[in-house]
Amino acid sequence: MKANPMSLTQKQRLSGWIFLAPATLLIVIMSFVPMIQAFLLSLQTGKGNQLSFAGLYNYGRLFKDAIFVKSLTNSFIYLIVQVPIMLLLALFLASMLNTRDLKFKGLYRTAIFLPCATSLVSYAIIFRSLFAVDGFINVVLIKLGVLQTGYNFLANPTSARVVIILALLWRWTGYNMVFYLAGLQNIEYSVYEAAKIDGATPLQTFWKITVPLLKPTILLTAIMSTTGTLQLFDESVNLTNGGPANATITMSHYIYNLSFKYVPNFGYAAAMSYVILILVASLSFIQMKAGDRRD
Amino acid sequence: MTKEKIKKTLTYVFLTVAALLSVFPLYWMFAAATNLSVDVSRGTLLPGTALISNFQNLLQNQDVLGALANSFKYSIALTLISLFVSSLAGYGFEIYHDKAKDTILNIILLAMMIPFAATMIPLFKMFSTARLLNSTLGFILPTLSTPFLIMLFRQSARAFPHDIIEAARIDGLKEFQIFYRMFVPTMRSTYAAAMVITFMNAWNSYLWPKVIMTDKKSITMPMMVANLKEGYVTDYGMLMLGVLLSTIPTVIIFFALQKRFTEGITGSVK
Repeated sequence: MKANPMSLTQKQRLSGWIFLAPATLLIVIMSFVPMIQAFLLSLQTGKGNQLSFAGLYNYGRLFKDAIFVKSLTNSFIYLIVQVPIMLLLALFLASMLNTRDLKFKGLYRTAIFLPCATSLVSYAIIFRSLFAVDGFINVVLIKLGVLQTGYNFLANPTSARVVIILALLWRWTGYNMVFYLAGLQNIEYSVYEAAKIDGATPLQTFWKITVPLLKPTILLTAIMSTTGTLQLFDESVNLTNGGPANATITMSHYIYNLSFKYVPNFGYAAAMSYVILILVASLSFIQMKAGDRRD
Repeated sequence: MTKEKIKKTLTYVFLTVAALLSVFPLYWMFAAATNLSVDVSRGTLLPGTALISNFQNLLQNQDVLGALANSFKYSIALTLISLFVSSLAGYGFEIYHDKAKDTILNIILLAMMIPFAATMIPLFKMFSTARLLNSTLGFILPTLSTPFLIMLFRQSARAFPHDIIEAARIDGLKEFQIFYRMFVPTMRSTYAAAMVITFMNAWNSYLWPKVIMTDKKSITMPMMVANLKEGYVTDYGMLMLGVLLSTIPTVIIFFALQKRFTEGITGSVK
């Protein structure tokens, strides 16, 4: 080697920079720059490209907008009702699948995880069809004598929301279960044996051993579900089309409509997108803090 | 002993019900795709014989083959380039790490928190000025580099022995050759996991293509399926065949690489 060691390490350091440059630049240009542009846009008002500076006008307008308030409420309904049910169900399923001498373990796991292979648009349309007036659910309910004629689940705000929640549960429970299964692999089986010898009931074992030991994983899935729920789009568009009368519309869906469906109002839509940004950031932060505290 | 037995039976009952509920909507979709719309509305659950007529209706109604070709083109391009760019960066961040690079990585990770809705409008404006609407490049650019993949590859680079790198350097390999000839072949399973995740996300993505694919000729499978449900009367047989066609590729990948997929999404847990 002719080169002195100093220039060699410099060379290596330079290669390091070259290796990470494309990915880093892409993230800066495709995420951070647009994020700042969206903020600047949110301070302007006007239709299409005729924009003028308006300060915080768009933000003030938001909370007087009945549809926006509805979309915000919907996101929180899905968040408060669906996420806890889903995570708890996923935890139960995972701890059941973790039983030592369980038969057909692989079969159960594959079946419960299978919904994850369907795209969001596809499952939204499957559920829309299942719950249609002439859909399978109504056929069964009529045959069982529960209903006389088909009930339009998607025309009533409450039942439409319930269908969305059921669909979300179907699509994502298995996904979260896989995370918990991986987390459970790290827990020594002897811990459970000891608990059994001490006479702990299955429910006690679940709450006192499984849940605390899986806390980091639960935190991860809670944050993922929260950010995912605040950004729901495909389901709102394809399952209920936001209806009836915007009763099930989500924030992303409304932003899309404002930007690309109606006469574009980019400034107002950008302000709305910042509400999601702030909610995602602050809820993740709160969850991380809460996750830390109990240690 | 009997208590144990009850517990066991309950476990099996619960798991069986959960498994059946998980599989049923997909089975129903498959059965509906082979039946006439009238029979689907009657609640039939058996596979029928209308597959071919549904397929003919579908071909008449939408440019299925075009959408299928587009989806494959966009998804494969995104997967290949994304794996290259992200693994190179993950490797770079770990192997050559110093204070400055660690700081940059931490800033990049913050991008995970940015909701797509917040970048969508400026991206649309940027891409329409750059004439990238309706193009493969337009489809792939926003998600070409993701913090998630960079982290996944950084994690696997951590397990890559430094001795190998030193030995390769002594043998006179250039830095990029070490990455290409040593790291890539060793980390085949990480690449497989990343491939499954990236391909599935690309294939299933909906919001961004809906924003930039303004030309009918450029639409993707999810967009095509969503278009099918528009109209006054729903032809369930045709609709479910569309859903089935858009689901087959991901289900094949899911079954072929299920283990890798679960390893991939749970990589962050361990």
